[in-house]
Amino acid sequence: MAAKKKLKTSAMIASIAAEGQPTTSAPFGHALVEAARDNNKIVGMTADLGKYTDLHIFAQEFPERFYQMGMAEQLLMSAGAGMAREGFIPFLTTYSVFASRRAYDFICMAIAEERLNVKIVCALPGLTTGYGPSHQATEDIAIFRGMPNLTIIDPCDAIDIQQSVAAMVEFDGPVYMRLLRGKVPNVLDRFDGYRFEIGKAKRLIDGGDALIISSGLMTMRAVEAADELLEQGIKVTVVHCPTIKPLDEQTLLDEVRRHTGKPVFVAENHSVIGGLGESVAALLMRNKLNANLEQIGLPDEFLDAGALPTLHDRYGISTKEVVKRVEDSVRG
Amino acid sequence: MNASLSDSDAKDIEKLKQHAYRIRRNALLMGEVQGQGYVGQALGVADVLAVAYFQALKFKADDPEWEGRDRFLLSIGHYAIALYAALIEAGIISESEIENYGSDDSILPMSGMAAYTPGMEITGGSLGHGLGIGVGMALGLKRKNSTSLVYNLLSDGELNEGSTWEAAASAGHWQLNNLIAIVDVNDQQADDKSSTVLNYEPIADKWAAFGWETWRVNGNDLGALAQAFSAAIGSSSDKPRVIICDTLMGRGVPLLETRDKTHFIRVDENEWSLALEQLDEVYGIK
Repeated sequence: MAAKKKLKTSAMIASIAAEGQPTTSAPFGHALVEAARDNNKIVGMTADLGKYTDLHIFAQEFPERFYQMGMAEQLLMSAGAGMAREGFIPFLTTYSVFASRRAYDFICMAIAEERLNVKIVCALPGLTTGYGPSHQATEDIAIFRGMPNLTIIDPCDAIDIQQSVAAMVEFDGPVYMRLLRGKVPNVLDRFDGYRFEIGKAKRLIDGGDALIISSGLMTMRAVEAADELLEQGIKVTVVHCPTIKPLDEQTLLDEVRRHTGKPVFVAENHSVIGGLGESVAALLMRNKLNANLEQIGLPDEFLDAGALPTLHDRYGISTKEVVKRVEDSVRG
Repeated sequence: MNASLSDSDAKDIEKLKQHAYRIRRNALLMGEVQGQGYVGQALGVADVLAVAYFQALKFKADDPEWEGRDRFLLSIGHYAIALYAALIEAGIISESEIENYGSDDSILPMSGMAAYTPGMEITGGSLGHGLGIGVGMALGLKRKNSTSLVYNLLSDGELNEGSTWEAAASAGHWQLNNLIAIVDVNDQQADDKSSTVLNYEPIADKWAAFGWETWRVNGNDLGALAQAFSAAIGSSSDKPRVIICDTLMGRGVPLLETRDKTHFIRVDENEWSLALEQLDEVYGIK
């Protein structure tokens, strides 16, 4: 009998792409290079994680516009603020855990309070590494949502990332983006006319039996789940909400109203505390709108280390788990 | 006064002395408006600000955002009263604002914020931010081939913050010879004497070890300050520069100089006019 194949931790080089799934390599780095060709105000700065946030692509292309700031996230944020004060558009990269947990005060007071034009792009959001809690930013959105002036973007795939880089350059103000790096799946190209816009949620699939509002890689899971559920005769609407803040309130309210009496899921690669799910719940509360709202997200726990597929199953954010949740709810 | 100074230097020092007097007076007048304020710090650092604004800095009073200006970053937000006093003396803020100090909707809030006040480059107050912002601005100015300098006034207490040393290491690494840090060493922070809370010595050696060119002067000696600023600006080295200024809180007002030192020196209601009188006396103004 063949030995059971061990799932590797695959932690730092983990790709969220499934086997055989079409991907784009380092979409952020390449998109930033493209944007920087047309805009000489763009500079790249990192806290010793250039290679791990795909910023090395930019550094190779524009060595004179790349600033290695060392493993010093507080400095990265304040120096980024200084660079923006001098009229540049700095893209700062580190991991989500370090930006949110270590550098919060610097982002808050040096950048957001003065609405400076700084883009903070961070890898390993939510559960995208098997390294355990030191690297898993399961609560970054919860941390950042309370910060006034800060726009928060959680892109789904390579297409979203490419378009969001261009959108961030156009947008004058501070942005935090959750980065998927390395080989990033192509998902949204199958939806004709899809365009990432800051502050907009977009309906990708129109179903009617249930609604999934999702952000980040969970939109990929939602789409995969919708495909599988359709085979079982369950039609699911998927609304992709890549801007967590400011929330596209009108679109979300309209979609929830369209699905009155149906299950409404909010799916996110984040703790169930303080993320998109609670944002939507609060939106419905403020508008006195009742819905059969359910959260698909990570538990309020420090998560295990291990292989990502195992962990995504364990914590309920794999496609299989999403299918099961929707199925159970629709079939009652 | 330094005996080696020439007559023209002596005249310059006399002018600086007048500026320092009016900075102190402005600070006391603002303190009187609210019956409180960080006047101890303001009086202590007034000579440093006089030299900074009336010898060192390039600025246009009627255009505080002039691209060619030197940038003066106040990390220590609670020193705002001191910087307002200097900005008023420099003509960047109208003297008429004194009476609004710390009031609702005033452009002079108790803690310094960039959006409120002309000439206030950054929002300070969360300590340990200023030098890092200064590093970014100095890098940005070099990118623009600008000859403007970045000054950052920070406190001995801010040397407790790890972020200050992240920035210090970075400035040394990038050879930011367009960055001048000014450390106000008044040996006082919120809970106690700075040297008791977390010993900062050997302060100059620490900065030197991080790649900085250092000066340490009596921060209430205008001649020494003038020389240090000139040397820091004129140095041809590739290093960032730091001027460490030992100052006396309450300087210029004997009743406050001798009062028990605390972060927030108490001034009783009836003492404001007395403080102003003492200041005039010290400066020989009748």
